[in-house]
Amino acid sequence: MSIFYFVAFLSIFFALMTIFAKNPVHSVLYLVITFFTFTIHYILLNAQFLAIVNFIVYMGAIMVLFLFVLMLLNLNKDTEPLKSNLVKVMGVIAGMCLLVTLAGSFRVLQATGVDIVENTEIGLVGNLGKVLFSEFLLPFEISSILLLTAMVGAVLLAKNDPKNA
Amino acid sequence: MQSLSNRKKVLEQKPMNFWERMYLPAIARGLSITIKYFFQPKATYKYPEVQRPYSKNFRGQHSLKRDEEGRERCTACGLCALSCPAEAITMISAERQKGEEHLYREEKYAAVYEINMLRCIFCGLCEEACPKEAIFLDGSHVPPEQLRKDFIYGKDKLVEPRFDYKKEQETIA
Amino acid sequence: MESALLLEKTILVVAVFAITLFIAMYSTLVERKVAGFMQARFGPDRAGPFGLLQPLADGGKFFFKEEIIPAGAHKALFIAGPTIAMFTACISSAVIPWGQELTIGDRVITLQVADINVGVLYIFGVVALGVYGIMIGGWASNNKYALMGAVRAASQSISYEIGMGLSLIALLMVTGTLSLKEIVAQQEGFVNWNIWVQPLGFLIFIVCAFAECNRVPFDLAECETELIGGYNVEYSSMKLAFYMFAEYINMFVSSSLMAALYFGGYNFPFMYDLGLSQNWITIIGVLVFFAKILAFIFFFMWIRWTVPRFRYDQLMRLGWKILIPLAVANIVLTGIVTIVKDTYF
Repeated sequence: MSIFYFVAFLSIFFALMTIFAKNPVHSVLYLVITFFTFTIHYILLNAQFLAIVNFIVYMGAIMVLFLFVLMLLNLNKDTEPLKSNLVKVMGVIAGMCLLVTLAGSFRVLQATGVDIVENTEIGLVGNLGKVLFSEFLLPFEISSILLLTAMVGAVLLAKNDPKNA
Repeated sequence: MQSLSNRKKVLEQKPMNFWERMYLPAIARGLSITIKYFFQPKATYKYPEVQRPYSKNFRGQHSLKRDEEGRERCTACGLCALSCPAEAITMISAERQKGEEHLYREEKYAAVYEINMLRCIFCGLCEEACPKEAIFLDGSHVPPEQLRKDFIYGKDKLVEPRFDYKKEQETIA
Repeated sequence: MESALLLEKTILVVAVFAITLFIAMYSTLVERKVAGFMQARFGPDRAGPFGLLQPLADGGKFFFKEEIIPAGAHKALFIAGPTIAMFTACISSAVIPWGQELTIGDRVITLQVADINVGVLYIFGVVALGVYGIMIGGWASNNKYALMGAVRAASQSISYEIGMGLSLIALLMVTGTLSLKEIVAQQEGFVNWNIWVQPLGFLIFIVCAFAECNRVPFDLAECETELIGGYNVEYSSMKLAFYMFAEYINMFVSSSLMAALYFGGYNFPFMYDLGLSQNWITIIGVLVFFAKILAFIFFFMWIRWTVPRFRYDQLMRLGWKILIPLAVANIVLTGIVTIVKDTYF
């Protein structure tokens, strides 16, 4: 349990650092560390497959792309646009609304009680695969189609229009 | 454009076929070439231990020759300096005094004889111009120096060491 | 019992580290020797007999060179770059099974540091992490060539990771497990090696491994002619040595991975027909495994001194338009063959 609290503290700390870092590249690097602490959480929950996929996809690919784009953008202090006070106030209000919604939904969920998973081995690759491809086959395939759609859309956006080229 | 000489060759570049576009056969051929070189004898000489033999007609550092009795052959005629395309040779002549017959063969000799090795192109024209067979480019490479002035070789470096021909003959006999 | 296990694992970890570093160290010499031999010369042969002390001489020189941190560089990240590169290179060898069991007394010692059941994915993840070292170092240098190298390394690594992952999926369909120990144990003898069932997958994998290691012909992150050294332009002294060392360790790890996944790991032909005891089979198996690894390292170098560097657009075309479709086709083909085999034979 103490490991959990330590890692949880680290995740929250680095998540805050992500927000508060002035330099965008530092911010992304803090986010990478935050994802790494998530990986540790997954391992603590005995969800090996999820841990390693989080490791590969989020840390290894998506954050590298983030970093890639930020390095190309050459963001400095003087290129940062000035935000007006109105935007700041609106941001605070929006944030508060989100917080209230989240807190409310947690209160509703709390009433059903804590679920206890009987099978602690569910996170291992073989068991997860069996569950995904039998019980949850339809949602799994639908989500894969969703990803495919996103991919086709991205390719279409990136492709030059032959008339304009 | 139309060719005027009619000798222009039109290079035909065919599009690569599937086999060629796969690159793998070409890479395999390249690999076979490099591995062949891997096992071939090496062209390198391990220098300080093994020295590469000079070619027969190699022209290296000059030497001023002596005759059979060990006298300098050079008579300071200046033909070598005249023939030198790089203007590398200078000399100051002097007259042979009484009692110096065992040192110089001719009545006139070079008191100072200098070759600037930085200017010299080792063409060998001085060797061909010499009427007394006094200069030959039969040495090795000119060694490196730190200063430019050290490349101007005087008689101390150019004249071949004294070699008593008669005495040598006696010891052989 | 617990402390004995701890001791055993500690010894194993230290041994694996020492061997990895030793092989990486001598890879630098072998690389130069191979380069020399393929160019009809001898390579370094002055330090010790056959130049065997050359790595020590190089190491000593690296230690005594001046450490320069450029004025405009971000200091913490500048130091973190080579550290991450070295760290990720070193930890990836943890799941590789070096051999079978050794029995000493009544203790059975497994020659693998950690047998986690997602071993292949673990290596994949660590390799994906390795690019951070290059990216952070290149960005922190505050140098345009270093930044270009870092950006190239990032895009190259992401592009080829996909091809590598897809080629691995076809292999996993054949083996049915993600544990490296089981994958190697399945390839007993000679005819069971995975290369016989996955030749196309292996081809894709080895090309992607070259790209992931930033080796010629895919060394666009550090090409001398365009980027004067790329991401490590501003580095000197031991930090530069760390980057170079990490490259050689990566080469060693990917060689061992290829040997384990496709070429049977520690298995060798007729291993059970010779009437040897289990310990002898294990010891010979470890030696055979290292022989395979060294052969792959030689192949890496052989390719380096044969094939010229790709242009950047060619690199991307090869990765996205050729290797990924090929890998997908390989997956489909493997699936069809598996179903046909299961239903008719």
